[in-house]
Amino acid sequence: MTTLATRRQAGPGGSTPSRPARSGASSVGRPGFAWALPATIFFALFALVPLAAVAVLSFTSWSGLGDPEFVGLENWETLVTDPVMVKSLWLSLLFIVLGVVTQTPLSILLGVWAAGNQRNRAILSAIYFVPLLLSSAAISVLWRALLDPNFGIPGQLSWLFGDGNLLGTQSGAIGVLIFVGMWQFTPFHTLIYQGAAKGIPTVLYQAASIDGAGMVRQFFSITLPQLRNTAITSIILMVVGGLTTFETVLILTNGGPGTDTTITAFYMYQEAFQSFDFGVGSAIALVLVVVATLISLVVVKVSGYDKMNSSLEGL
Amino acid sequence: MKTRPNYLAGIGSFIWLLIVAIPLYVMLSGTFQTREEFGDNGPLSFPSSFTLQNYADAITSGFGRYFLNTVVVTVGVVAIVLLLVPPLSYAIVRSRSRAASFVFRFFLLGLAIPAQAVIVPVFYLINTVGLYDNLIGVILPTAAFALPICTLILSGTMRDITGELYEAMAMDGASPARAFFRLVLPLSKGGISTIAVFSALQAWNGFLFPLILTQSESTRVVTLGLFNFQTQYGINIPGLLAAVTLSMVPVLLVYLFARRALVQGLMGAGGK
Repeated sequence: MTTLATRRQAGPGGSTPSRPARSGASSVGRPGFAWALPATIFFALFALVPLAAVAVLSFTSWSGLGDPEFVGLENWETLVTDPVMVKSLWLSLLFIVLGVVTQTPLSILLGVWAAGNQRNRAILSAIYFVPLLLSSAAISVLWRALLDPNFGIPGQLSWLFGDGNLLGTQSGAIGVLIFVGMWQFTPFHTLIYQGAAKGIPTVLYQAASIDGAGMVRQFFSITLPQLRNTAITSIILMVVGGLTTFETVLILTNGGPGTDTTITAFYMYQEAFQSFDFGVGSAIALVLVVVATLISLVVVKVSGYDKMNSSLEGL
Repeated sequence: MKTRPNYLAGIGSFIWLLIVAIPLYVMLSGTFQTREEFGDNGPLSFPSSFTLQNYADAITSGFGRYFLNTVVVTVGVVAIVLLLVPPLSYAIVRSRSRAASFVFRFFLLGLAIPAQAVIVPVFYLINTVGLYDNLIGVILPTAAFALPICTLILSGTMRDITGELYEAMAMDGASPARAFFRLVLPLSKGGISTIAVFSALQAWNGFLFPLILTQSESTRVVTLGLFNFQTQYGINIPGLLAAVTLSMVPVLLVYLFARRALVQGLMGAGGK
């Protein structure tokens, strides 16, 4: 709220010098709102109007044929008592927590290390980067092949993996999905931490080493606090990513065994596009939006991210 | 200042490198083996023979068609992004109207909207306008969902153009359009190539929109082809690996030429 108020004051104030505009010269490079209009309309049509529409559709019954029919709270009553829905929310939460817990420490360590000036960094970063280029579909198909109980890696390392059918049990399947998520997304988070770590002023480290602080001490007293804002961005991206993991679940486990890896995003797909119950699907989608927004807001609140709005200006 | 090498971190990074590289090695070496050999020797062994049959199989199973469709989708998405994002970013960075700053927040908000959340209404919309099972119907929402991040990247680049340059243009009595074409576009070349690479990657790897919005073999894209290939030939692991490898060849080529644009763009995403 405070930022809104200050910005409103700063707006007219900042533009006073060139207020006698419209005389031609001073308006150069001051495009009107019309320049933003085509993109805005296009985006609204495919992202924002549908966001409103999904709320409306959640009160309808629609099987894909004909027109949606208003049914009031029926879909919501179905969902509240649906054990799979409740389970899917817990699973999503588990996915998010495990994803953040496995990816964050790893990508901070790798990012800080890669920001240093050691040899071969370019080659190593280039290899780290490869999973980021692959589609989730390709990654899932690759790992499914690598983990095949008969022909894959687990079969060769039976001392480690037992019978090798990792995807056949709930804990195995969740473990695989978390690991594959880590394999796929750690490079991205490493990269944003690397960018941030490079931006930390060297003077801080120089001062610290004059004071006799060792490498570990420097990491905890300088590097980590300086990476705080980046960490929040990164964690929000992990949360939204974990909540909406879809291709990986569809291709690696198809929600199974049973419904043991049916996270909410996947359940939405099943209800809407496999059971052709678009009303219930929309209701689940709305839950997804609300949960994503809530978690992001909590992360923002807890971290005090909203207090540093000013640094968003530079984005 | 000379820093001591951090051996512990170096070893950790090397372990992670193995975790990233071993699957990629198995993928490549598997594609050159016959099914029998792969089954007998296991995935971690070196190939003892060399065959290109797996690639031939993947291509004859329809990958040519899927590639063509994916190219169409990618070109379409990049074209829309390049047409819409530069004027939008220009307005966001330079316009004095309050509406423009509101629009910027509106796109920031868009970053948080997952595609799954709106897929049912988008399906309804595409159906209603008769674009179901048509590549145009895949291009439109894919492009829309690429807009927020591209706008964020490009408006960041455009902010670096200094006011003096605009004033210099003002001396010549240039209009906003002239300033846009003669000043802003040439100076944002770096950012523009970053968003082109970005949106191309997103379009090439897209899965959800093609899955929901297309149906027939003639509109199938590469990612769906992989998915389909797996359900059909699940046991033919070398064949699957060849298909996965093929699917990433164009991306790797683009990466070789545009690495800087891509890495810089991603690094900036959380660098603040």
